[in-house]
Amino acid sequence: MPLYRAHVLVCGGTGCTSGGSDKIYDAFLKEIENFNLKDEVQVIRTGCFGLCAEGPIVIVYPEGAFYSKVADSDVKEIVEEHLLKGRIVKRLLYKESLEEGQIKSLNEVKFYKKQMRIALRNCGVINPENIEEYIAYDGYKALAKVLTEMTPEQVIDWVKRSGLRGRGGGGFPTGLKWEFAAKAPGDVKYVVCNADEGDPGAYMDRSILEGDPHSVIEAMAIAGYAIGSKQGYVYVRAEYPLAVKRLEIAINQAREYGLLGKNILGTGFEFDIEIRLGAGAFVCGEETALMTSIEGHRGEPRPRPPFPAVKGLWGKPTLLNNVETYANIPVIILKGPEWFASIGTEKSKGTKVFALVGKVNNTGLIEVPMGTTVREIVEDIGGGIPGGKKFKAVQTGGPSGGCIPASLMDTPIDFDSLTALGTMMGSGGMIVMDEDTCMVDIAKFFLEFTVDESCGKCPPCRIGTRRMLEILQKITSGNGTEEDLEKLEELAYSIKDSALCGLGQTAPNPVLSTLRYFRDEYEAHVKEKRCPAGACKALLRIVIDKDLCKGCGICAKNCPANAITGQIKKPFEIDQEKCIKCGVCIEKCPFKAISKKA
Amino acid sequence: MIKSIQELEEIRKKALEELEFRKQQGEGIRIVVGMATCGIAAGARPVMLKFVEEIQKRNLKNVTVVQTGCIGLCKYEPIVEVYEPNKEKVTYVKMTPEKVSKVVAEHIVNGKPVYEYTIGYEENKEANK
Repeated sequence: MPLYRAHVLVCGGTGCTSGGSDKIYDAFLKEIENFNLKDEVQVIRTGCFGLCAEGPIVIVYPEGAFYSKVADSDVKEIVEEHLLKGRIVKRLLYKESLEEGQIKSLNEVKFYKKQMRIALRNCGVINPENIEEYIAYDGYKALAKVLTEMTPEQVIDWVKRSGLRGRGGGGFPTGLKWEFAAKAPGDVKYVVCNADEGDPGAYMDRSILEGDPHSVIEAMAIAGYAIGSKQGYVYVRAEYPLAVKRLEIAINQAREYGLLGKNILGTGFEFDIEIRLGAGAFVCGEETALMTSIEGHRGEPRPRPPFPAVKGLWGKPTLLNNVETYANIPVIILKGPEWFASIGTEKSKGTKVFALVGKVNNTGLIEVPMGTTVREIVEDIGGGIPGGKKFKAVQTGGPSGGCIPASLMDTPIDFDSLTALGTMMGSGGMIVMDEDTCMVDIAKFFLEFTVDESCGKCPPCRIGTRRMLEILQKITSGNGTEEDLEKLEELAYSIKDSALCGLGQTAPNPVLSTLRYFRDEYEAHVKEKRCPAGACKALLRIVIDKDLCKGCGICAKNCPANAITGQIKKPFEIDQEKCIKCGVCIEKCPFKAISKKA
Repeated sequence: MIKSIQELEEIRKKALEELEFRKQQGEGIRIVVGMATCGIAAGARPVMLKFVEEIQKRNLKNVTVVQTGCIGLCKYEPIVEVYEPNKEKVTYVKMTPEKVSKVVAEHIVNGKPVYEYTIGYEENKEANK
C-alpha cells in the first residue's frame, strides 16, 4: 500500500450523499488530479460521521480539519489552499472545531464530547468498501478469537454476562435469545439480521450498514458459531440502496478473504450470508412477518409462541437480532463482557444509538451510554432548540412509542425508565419538539403512518386504528367533542389488548402517551376549539393588529386567496372565511402587524 | 484468502500502518513543511515528498508530515520544522531533497538534530561573513 501524506474523508452517509457528497467526492478526485497530488493525497468515502445537520462533511487528516456544509464549488479551494499550500480553509471549518486559531480534536467538539461510540466505532472512520481498513481496526479479530479460543457455550455466556439487550426496540436480553436458539433441537439453524428499519425519523441501522457493514457480518458469523448455524440472512429494505450496495461489497470481500464460506480461518467452521430485500413494509420489521417475507410470502405476522428461536425460518430454529445489536458483539468479544457491563445503567448496559431529529440544532446520529438524560442529549449534544424556542417534548420509539415531556427532561434514558414513562426505546428515533408543535397533531401523524402501514390481517389494527385516526382528524379540525376523547381512549386500550402483533399492540401508544402528558391540549381543541401550539390550521386565525398596521397593502397584494381587503393608509382586514392560513401575509408584512392567533 | 489467524494479523498490521495518521496529531513527531507561495517557489514540494518517501521506506511509526503556511522567513525557504513531544522544535532552513535523507536518518531516527542545516547555524554563518 502506498503511503499518502494526507487523507481526505468524505462522508458517504445517506444524509451527506443527498446533500451532494458524491459530487464533492468526484470533485476532489478531479482537482487532486489537476494539481498533480494523486500520489500524495488519498480520497476516501466513509460512512456517516453523525453530525448530519452540518453535512456534507469532509475531514482532512493528519490535521483533522473538520469541514462542514461543503459544496462542490468549495473543493477547488480546499485542494489548492489546504492540500497544496497547507493553509486550512477556516471559512469552511465547523465553527465549534476551531478554538483560538487551533483545531480542536474531533472528540473535543461538544457534539461528540458526551458520546461514546461502540456500535458506531468505525462509522466515519474507515472506508466501508475496503475490508482491510476494517481489519486494521481489529476487524474479524473477534471472530478469530471465538473460533480458536472459545466454545460456543462460552460465547453465549459472554453475551449473557455483557448484559446486552436487543437494540431493535423490545430490549430482550440478547444472550438469552442466543441460548434459546443454541439449545433448540435441529441440525439446520439460521442467523437473521433485521435491517428493516421503518420508524419515521430513524436511520441508525442504515447508517451502520452504510458505514461499517463488516461489523454486522462478523457478528453474524460469531452468532452462527455460537448457535450452530451455517447460513445467515440480512433482511434489508430495498429503499436503502446505499446500504444494500455496501453490504453486497462487504459480503463479497469477506468471501474473497475467506472470512465467510467454508473452512473459515482454517478452523473448519462454515458460514455464509445472503441478502434478502424487503419492499419496505413497516410490518416486515416485526420478526414473524420478516421471516414470512424471507420465505417468499406476503409479510404478515403470525402469533407467537412458537418463538423464532424454536420455530423460525422454514420451521427451523432461527436467531434474529437487529443491526445495532450485532454491531456491539465483536467489541464485547474483544474487550470482554465485564467491560461492556460497566457501561450504562443497572439493567441497561452499553450504549444506544439515536437518530436525533426534529427541532434541534445539531440533528444527526449519536451514540451515548445508557442512562444519559434527555437534557444532556437535547442541550449538550443537540445544541438546544433553534430560534430560541422552548423545548416541549421528545418522541421516542416511533409509532410504537410515546413522548417525554419537558418536565421529565432529567430522566436517564434506558429501556426500563422509558417504559415507565409510557414510551419506549424502540429502535432509537428521537424526535425533538418545540413549543410550536401540537401534540394532537403529532399523535395524528403517527397514526396516519400506522393506518397506512397496517398489514390488515387483524381487525383491531386494520379497523381500530382507522377509527382512531378519524377521531383525531375530527378533533384537529375543530369538531371534536369530549365524548370523542373518551372513545379515543377506549379504542386505544382495546386495540392494545387485541391486536395480533407487536405493531398493532403498540399503535395506540402515541395517542395514549400524548393524552397522558398533554391532556390539556386535547381538551383545548375539544372544549375551546383552540390549538395552543398554533399548529392546527383549522383552529387558527390569522389577524391584523389594527394599531400596528400602516395600511401599506403589501399583505393584500401577496395573499393568494384574495382574503385581505382594505384602503391604503387605513388598517386592512382578513376575511376568515376566505383565508387559507398559508401565512404568506405574516412573512411579507414589514411592520410585523399580522400574527397567528390560537 | 486468509487461512489462519496469523495471516489475519499480518493484514491487520499492514493496513493499520496506512491508517495510523488518521489519528489526531498529538503524540509522535510532526514534520511541518512551509508550503506558502514562497515555500513552494523555493522548492518545498520535492522536499515534502522526499520526507514522505523516506518515512515510508524506513517504515517509521508516529511520524506525520504536515504542511503549513508562510513561516515568515521567506529568504530561508524551504523551511521545515520538526516537533518532538517534550522537546524544543528544530527549524531547518534552505532544505533540499538531499538534505532530507540526512535529517530523517540522524534526527528522526536517531534523535540528533542536524545542526548545520538549522536556522541558528545559517544565521551565524551570515553574521560571520
